[in-house]
Amino acid sequence: MNEFVAPEIDWMVLTPVLVVLGAGAVGVLVEAFVPARARRTTQLVLTLAALLASLVCVGLLWDRVTIDGFALVVDGTFLLTPFTLGVQAVVGVLAILGVLVIADRTRTGQDAFAPTAAAVPGTAYEDAAERAGLEQTEIFPLALFATGGMLLFPATDNLIVLFIALEVLSLPLYVLCATARRRRLLSQEAAFKYFLLGSFASALMLFGIALIYGFAGTVSLETVGYVLQHPNSTVLADMPELVLAGVLLVTVGLLFKIGAAPFHTWTPDVYQGAPTPVTAFMAACVKAAAIGAMVRVVFTLAAGLDEPLRADLEAALWVVAILTMLVGTVAGAVQTDVKRMLAYSSIAHAGFLVVAMVGFSEVGSAAVLFYVLAYGLATLGAFAVVTLVREQDRDGVVLGEATHLSQWAGLGRRSPWLAAAFSVFLLSMAGIPLTAGFIAKFEAFSAAVDAGAWPLAVLGVLASAVAVFFYVRLIVLMVLTPPVEDGEVLAAQAASDDGAPAEGGAGTLTAAREAVRASVVVVSSRGPAVVAITLCVVGVVLLGLLPGPVLDWAQQAATFRPIAP
Amino acid sequence: MELTNYLYLAVILFALGATTVLLRRNAIVVFMGIELMLNATNLALVTFARMHGDITGQVLAFFVMVVAAAEVVVGLAIIVTIFRARRSASVDDANLLKS
Repeated sequence: MNEFVAPEIDWMVLTPVLVVLGAGAVGVLVEAFVPARARRTTQLVLTLAALLASLVCVGLLWDRVTIDGFALVVDGTFLLTPFTLGVQAVVGVLAILGVLVIADRTRTGQDAFAPTAAAVPGTAYEDAAERAGLEQTEIFPLALFATGGMLLFPATDNLIVLFIALEVLSLPLYVLCATARRRRLLSQEAAFKYFLLGSFASALMLFGIALIYGFAGTVSLETVGYVLQHPNSTVLADMPELVLAGVLLVTVGLLFKIGAAPFHTWTPDVYQGAPTPVTAFMAACVKAAAIGAMVRVVFTLAAGLDEPLRADLEAALWVVAILTMLVGTVAGAVQTDVKRMLAYSSIAHAGFLVVAMVGFSEVGSAAVLFYVLAYGLATLGAFAVVTLVREQDRDGVVLGEATHLSQWAGLGRRSPWLAAAFSVFLLSMAGIPLTAGFIAKFEAFSAAVDAGAWPLAVLGVLASAVAVFFYVRLIVLMVLTPPVEDGEVLAAQAASDDGAPAEGGAGTLTAAREAVRASVVVVSSRGPAVVAITLCVVGVVLLGLLPGPVLDWAQQAATFRPIAP
Repeated sequence: MELTNYLYLAVILFALGATTVLLRRNAIVVFMGIELMLNATNLALVTFARMHGDITGQVLAFFVMVVAAAEVVVGLAIIVTIFRARRSASVDDANLLKS
């Protein structure tokens, strides 16, 4: 019998992921052992500490990885490149901001999550849970597990680990989507759609992995690249169609996660239905992690593909980029719900990200890194603002979010600072100069022009121009339009909510009846969300005014380990 | 028996699963379609592993089984919550979220 030989593991390299996943596991134990009143504080401190520690680990590893070019554990199963560290840093920063938004509560101590998500909406059990002051603090470990998956996602050269990371990232998010305190039917429906479509996409991706494995006899991306360049080195290596189909299916799985057309249909529904803090977290962090993984996978494989197959892959990216920009901007322009509008804007941004990828160059990956940071800050901030704009009934009880666009009229007079912050985020998304979005778009489009894809860059600029229209329309609505008298507009919205079966239950359903009487109010929160919004504004403006250091950093990070001969 | 026959079977099963997901209305049946796709992939993986004479494919199949189990836990929980709230697990009935 052979003895089992334990592999030598360089634990230091694993720390950014290990700290976060470990803290997630500790968080589960906290749920079991810490008394209920201390649980929330414990979880929050644990979560933020773990995310900060993970960022510190990324910083500590930075010098070593940029000098060596890479650091690998267990034969490339876990592979850190400077680019991976860059994505991990971006995800880490955005996750901290996201957790701040998730932790936010109103003055009355209500967070955005159901007292117990398992209770059927509108039942006595739900009311009892609410009166008992139950809290679903499992939100924090779930967010940590999702973040752990996101940190692992772009950090592997191994298709098995890629798949596992995808699932570790997705499964907690499916659960998080179903936990909203208000409009619970919508929230559950969002989770339902996200889950079914998400697992369909990951099944497609898995079959792609199987095909690639069948072609190359290995699940290591790098070796697959090697086999591609040396046909006849494996049994099935004379069938490049196998690998093309495989690469396309894997790409479909990744495109689904970044929400690119034609795999975007889940995005508006899920972003609208999920609790807004979760939407903020999801929109910013998942996109960063998934585009990071996609750059890793597609660039590594493209380097191995021969000219015609590479052209096929590039053509596929062209189609996706054009479709995504088109769908995002055109459909975004006709939305009447803030969350849906932001969702379509995030689809359009996925298109711009794919534009930067065409050409498979280092310039492109640097542009992608900067773009996800700029996009993430603006999107997270915007959704954080949405969490604060609420409906209020006659008795002054704060209800759910006022997401209908007409309810945002005159917000600038009611709460100038909040409206100003929201305007900064919208302007950055539109790509107006002096904001982060402008630099990001400039970098992305110049990467495309460098790669000879100028028609894509032109289309991108046109799409941005159309998008400016609907961002500015919202700003005009907030600043120039006088606020509407209470109740008028809401009748229209209530009518659209009437589709909900079974009413009742303290406004936890779609709140159709309450909405008629509700007015719009900006809630003063207990702070974390305001901190997150402030940090996002500072980030967006700083990146727009002084992009130099971060651009240099992105350039430095944008290197891959060259494929071994 | 020719090994490629197993691959054909895997592809047929995968296509059946995908068709189920796209055409059936009951969430549980849709979910079964997804499971069928995963298991078809497992068959393809072990066949490829046999062709290449290495065990990576078999190991991957184990991982897929574990992930499928985790997915069932989360998936059924979500479907059951939806069913309890609306007395229906039809994909078509979940239509509140529309522009």
